[in-house]
Amino acid sequence: MRALVWEAPTKVGVHTVPDPQILNSRDAIVKVTSTAICGSDLHLYDGYIPSVMPGDVLGHEFMGEVVELGDDVKNLQVGDRVVVPFPIACGACRPCQRGLTSLCENSNPNAGLAEKVMGHSPAGIFGYSHMLGGYQGGQAEYVRVPFADVGPLKIEDDLTDDQVLFLSDILPTGYMGADVCDIRQGDVVAVWGAGPVGQFAIKSAYLLGAEKVIAIDRFPERLKMAEGMSGAHTLNYEETSVLEELRELTAGRGPDHVIDAVGMEAHTDITPVEAYDKAKQWTKLSTERPQALREAILSVANGGTVSIMGVYGGFADKFPLGSVMNRSLTIKTGQCHVHRYLRPLLERNRNREIDPTYIISHHMSLEEAPKGYDIFKKKQDSCTKVVLKPGA
Amino acid sequence: MQNPERSTGRLVKALGLASIGLGVPMLRSTDEVARITGVDDSPIAPTMIRAVGAREMVHAGLLLLGPQRSVWTRVAGDAMDIATLGIALQSRSGERRRRTATALLAVLGITGLDLYAARRTAKQQHGKGRPGPLELHASTTVNRDPQEVYTFWRDFENLPSFMLHLKQVSANGDGRSRWVANAPVRRSVKWDAELTGDEPGRRISWKSLPGADIDNSGTVHFAPAPGHRGTEVRVDLHYDVPGGRLGRVAAKLFGEEPEQQVRDDLRRFKQVIETGDIVRSDALPHGTDARHQIVQRPAQPPKGKKARTHR
Repeated sequence: MRALVWEAPTKVGVHTVPDPQILNSRDAIVKVTSTAICGSDLHLYDGYIPSVMPGDVLGHEFMGEVVELGDDVKNLQVGDRVVVPFPIACGACRPCQRGLTSLCENSNPNAGLAEKVMGHSPAGIFGYSHMLGGYQGGQAEYVRVPFADVGPLKIEDDLTDDQVLFLSDILPTGYMGADVCDIRQGDVVAVWGAGPVGQFAIKSAYLLGAEKVIAIDRFPERLKMAEGMSGAHTLNYEETSVLEELRELTAGRGPDHVIDAVGMEAHTDITPVEAYDKAKQWTKLSTERPQALREAILSVANGGTVSIMGVYGGFADKFPLGSVMNRSLTIKTGQCHVHRYLRPLLERNRNREIDPTYIISHHMSLEEAPKGYDIFKKKQDSCTKVVLKPGA
Repeated sequence: MQNPERSTGRLVKALGLASIGLGVPMLRSTDEVARITGVDDSPIAPTMIRAVGAREMVHAGLLLLGPQRSVWTRVAGDAMDIATLGIALQSRSGERRRRTATALLAVLGITGLDLYAARRTAKQQHGKGRPGPLELHASTTVNRDPQEVYTFWRDFENLPSFMLHLKQVSANGDGRSRWVANAPVRRSVKWDAELTGDEPGRRISWKSLPGADIDNSGTVHFAPAPGHRGTEVRVDLHYDVPGGRLGRVAAKLFGEEPEQQVRDDLRRFKQVIETGDIVRSDALPHGTDARHQIVQRPAQPPKGKKARTHR
């Protein structure tokens, strides 16, 4: 089959690789009909996530048709149309039973490796480094889905691929970013990063009752989308001081909740900070460039919530812990527990509360995926989201 | 029981700290050190003492941060110091000669300790010399009740499904069982074992019988985890690794990181009980295995025997 393969930092290619096989009796093989490039794939693409190796097939946002089933998958049938959550969850361990599926204790066969970096291991993730399992990703014609009796969501109505594909990751991730803030009446929420996850976090924050949501980015088209599609107030950090503007907008209080939808490769217009972070990251003294998170922490109101949905890989430097401690901040974070949000969000999708298709800027064939990575990384051609169609 | 590797490690670290204890006064109170060692009459003594002090700091860095066998650098340093003090002794007399002689004796004593530590590092479990006994411990929490977890383990024939170093275990029904280990290089390692303790839902112990290729024993404890969190499983394995060829084979049973391998065994145990099977990925098609942690396949499907048909 054809698959998108990581070759070296900023170099991916579409290659012919062996077809996936059933390895466990609870596996399914899914023929991928739609798969997207995620902002977090760019961290892999750029080579900042530890333990990615040449030959790895990327992709964790995908859906398709079941073409083969292991003997123990009773709830699906060949031909079913399914969306697959990006974290792999067994459904039987304690975290899975509590709904914390991205913390599944069984799905990462490389748990020993993850423990060395993170102390304990989270769940395995499709196409997201060896430390997180070494699973083939979904930017391919076919993919093996372990624990197919637990993860995949069957789509039985006429919703299109574009309408349901993002249930695999970015829609629930954005939603969880707002959900963990425990938003109350009158709350102001600020969201760093108006990419796909940021857009959905903004929309979700309004759905969950926020009084005002402020989007922070530097790309006018993304800010315009946040304003036009969700009614966000927007700040372009290249044109204004974010801290001062947020203070002004909240009459000195600061936003009650801040959401980081940026992650480890933050851009900043403060040149010395950018140079410092890049130097530390380049020399592997730090894995993160966490400028958006630093700014979010300093901005949030006393006693506020810092919700981190952007991906981080290892160790951060110059983290304003004093601000967190002295001001009684609460940090809420985690890879999204997609499974628990699938059905409620499909419901909101059906009744048109959220139609996530507006973030898609490009449709491409699988063969064009390397170009998709390139323009998505460089934000060229107003690229906000690339959906790949392996069958096309 | 004391893990010999750990106690050697502590000794090496202590010697590293001793290097700092010697190096700092040599660098900061050079004249005082020269007086105590009886060489304060020599014009080159301060320079030499400072050089030795700097060398001690290098030893300290290597011993505290580097591999245990760095302790050999201290042995080499000792040889230099003995030679230097020996030469100094020949041209001294009276009180100074007495002091130099005392310093020389002290260095000889330290040399003995350094040599002892250096030889111990060579005798590590997986070092070049004769391996010592292997004491392994690991634990996990399984989301099932103790009786169920106990019952699975109590059927020894289940053990090879999650313990990588075992090829087969057959139970004889009378509390005795025959164990075959996955020894490398075609050498088969076998033993018969008997139950030495069996408390349903709480504990299982076994021990190899006389005539085993490798004398070994094991105990696994099961205890309810607090707040209905399942069962805490704690395993202790003891392998009395012999010398010679069999010893080298036995040492390889658990690979380079024996503790990690037993932890991984328990991870697979948890996977099998909770999910029904070993969890496999494309990078690790045979599941969790410490031996394949460093060199892995890329995360793309392994080459299969059968061609796909559903296109």
